[in-house]
Amino acid sequence: MSAGARPPEGGAPSPGEVVAQRPEGRTMNTLLHTEGLTKRYGALVVTDAVSLDIREGELHAIIGPNGAGKTTLINQLSGELAADAGRVRFAGEDLSATGIAARARRGLLRSYQITSVFDEFTVRENAALAARGARRHAFAFWRGLLQDAAAVAAADAAIAATGLAARAQVIAADLGYGERRQLELAMALAAGPRFLLLDEPMAGMSAQESAAVVELLRGLKRKYTLLLVEHDMDAVFALADRISVLVYGRLLVTGTPDEIRNDPEVRAIYLGDEELHQ
Amino acid sequence: MTTIRPSTLIPLLLLAALAVLPFAAESYYTAFFARVLIYAVAASALNLALGMGGMVSLGHALFLGLGMYSVALPAHFGIDDGWLQLALCVAACGLVGLVTGAISLRTSGIAFIMITLAFAQMGYFLVVSLKQFGGDDGLPIAGASRFFGLELASAEAVYGAAFCLLLALTAWVARLRVSPFGMTLRAGRQNARRVASVGLALPRYQLAAYVLSAVLCGLAGMLLANLNAYASPSSMSWMVSGELIVMVVLGGMGSVFGPLLGALAFLGIEELLKGLTEHWMAIFGLLILAVALLGKSGIAGLLARLDARVPARRSPRLAEGRA
Repeated sequence: MSAGARPPEGGAPSPGEVVAQRPEGRTMNTLLHTEGLTKRYGALVVTDAVSLDIREGELHAIIGPNGAGKTTLINQLSGELAADAGRVRFAGEDLSATGIAARARRGLLRSYQITSVFDEFTVRENAALAARGARRHAFAFWRGLLQDAAAVAAADAAIAATGLAARAQVIAADLGYGERRQLELAMALAAGPRFLLLDEPMAGMSAQESAAVVELLRGLKRKYTLLLVEHDMDAVFALADRISVLVYGRLLVTGTPDEIRNDPEVRAIYLGDEELHQ
Repeated sequence: MTTIRPSTLIPLLLLAALAVLPFAAESYYTAFFARVLIYAVAASALNLALGMGGMVSLGHALFLGLGMYSVALPAHFGIDDGWLQLALCVAACGLVGLVTGAISLRTSGIAFIMITLAFAQMGYFLVVSLKQFGGDDGLPIAGASRFFGLELASAEAVYGAAFCLLLALTAWVARLRVSPFGMTLRAGRQNARRVASVGLALPRYQLAAYVLSAVLCGLAGMLLANLNAYASPSSMSWMVSGELIVMVVLGGMGSVFGPLLGALAFLGIEELLKGLTEHWMAIFGLLILAVALLGKSGIAGLLARLDARVPARRSPRLAEGRA
């Protein structure tokens, strides 16, 4: 379904898409574009006129101090939260008024900061349901979900990619914390995304587990367009092609990791944050 | 095939016993167990909404009543064609289920319970107010439903129909639980938000399950009307809705055999206690309390615990069976 909406490689971009030339000569489309996205809770402006361009194939990170509105922004991109003002365009299509389920079917998938997998299902069932949901409706009343060969194949590939292959038959409730985070990722991958919104995939992980996820994300880079919200600065600067800094709901600056590292304003905000001063 | 575990074997043996019961038992018991089977069908219907989908409907007696009056009203006008009554039942329950479901599903939790209760009460008082159709006194049914040559006039005939319906329904639920539809419903009960984020518009699936549940409950009502040769508004009261919930919870929410186990236990205990004392409700209340403390898994859950004791080959498939 999502593949059908994909513009042909190197072909004419849809109208309204920003196009830049990559050195290789391939077109580099803006896959996701927001314009003046705004969300208020009473007098508090949580998302303040955010205009963002995420290019196809890049890993774009969003950083910012606590309370900067990163998760709120992700929720508006995924369609979970309706913005008060502004637009969201995805692959040339205006999705501002489209709900989360319909956005997911177009390939705009997300993972959650607080792990939310289906506890009563096995790892494979979790991933297979995610795979099914993104591809086809679930109005099937007789054949088992695990008899849906396409969904199971996608699920197993995602489970293998996230390192859970040996745990495929385990009930999600019996998984360790790190494994549940891996499953969260596997579910997003099983859906065959074009674009992945990753909300703190390393939250609460041990250094060892984090390192494994960094490796995993490195492997996902270029295969998918990724938007990463993460507090682990080492991971962000190691992985990101571009970084946007969000402060009090406003987009302060977008640039390459080097540009961000040397930006005086960013340095001022992160003053005392050793990792940025290296 | 893997070996059959106690949690499957015991209910299957029970079904086998129920299959031969009318050939061996007196008519009184056939009628009693016919009622058990009919309530098991109704509880199975509710189990789709409540057990799988987590939709706590306190208004399913409405559909039981619609099913009963789908038989009684045509019969009142001399129409005993079962197929016509069936069509009426499916249409009425489907339509009412669609409208009330679409409205109720805008809410959740306590509000959902209250709104389904409110719709059922509206149906109850509507029937009570229809004096020309018996009103409070109900409506006797002179001629039983006829399906081709088969007439649902005797307890044995109703028993047979209820048994076949329950068997088909149970077999289907076993498939449905692990089908994409059933998995979506069950996923929605666990984490509704997450279902949407994998691309499934949960409210549509919940509404479909609710309508399906309503129609199946209506079928139980049709059988009940034929068994009693009578349709009464008391079958639409909120107490009946509550009893259906107790049966589902007692049997084990969302399980395949739970509704049968729950209906059998509920009506069986009621029958036994009624024979012992006229204050049977006091004891019954305590038993229901005990069941509530048992938790979500009910009798089916107790049987599943038996599985763990039996030193069967612990294959990885065990995990799949549990899910």
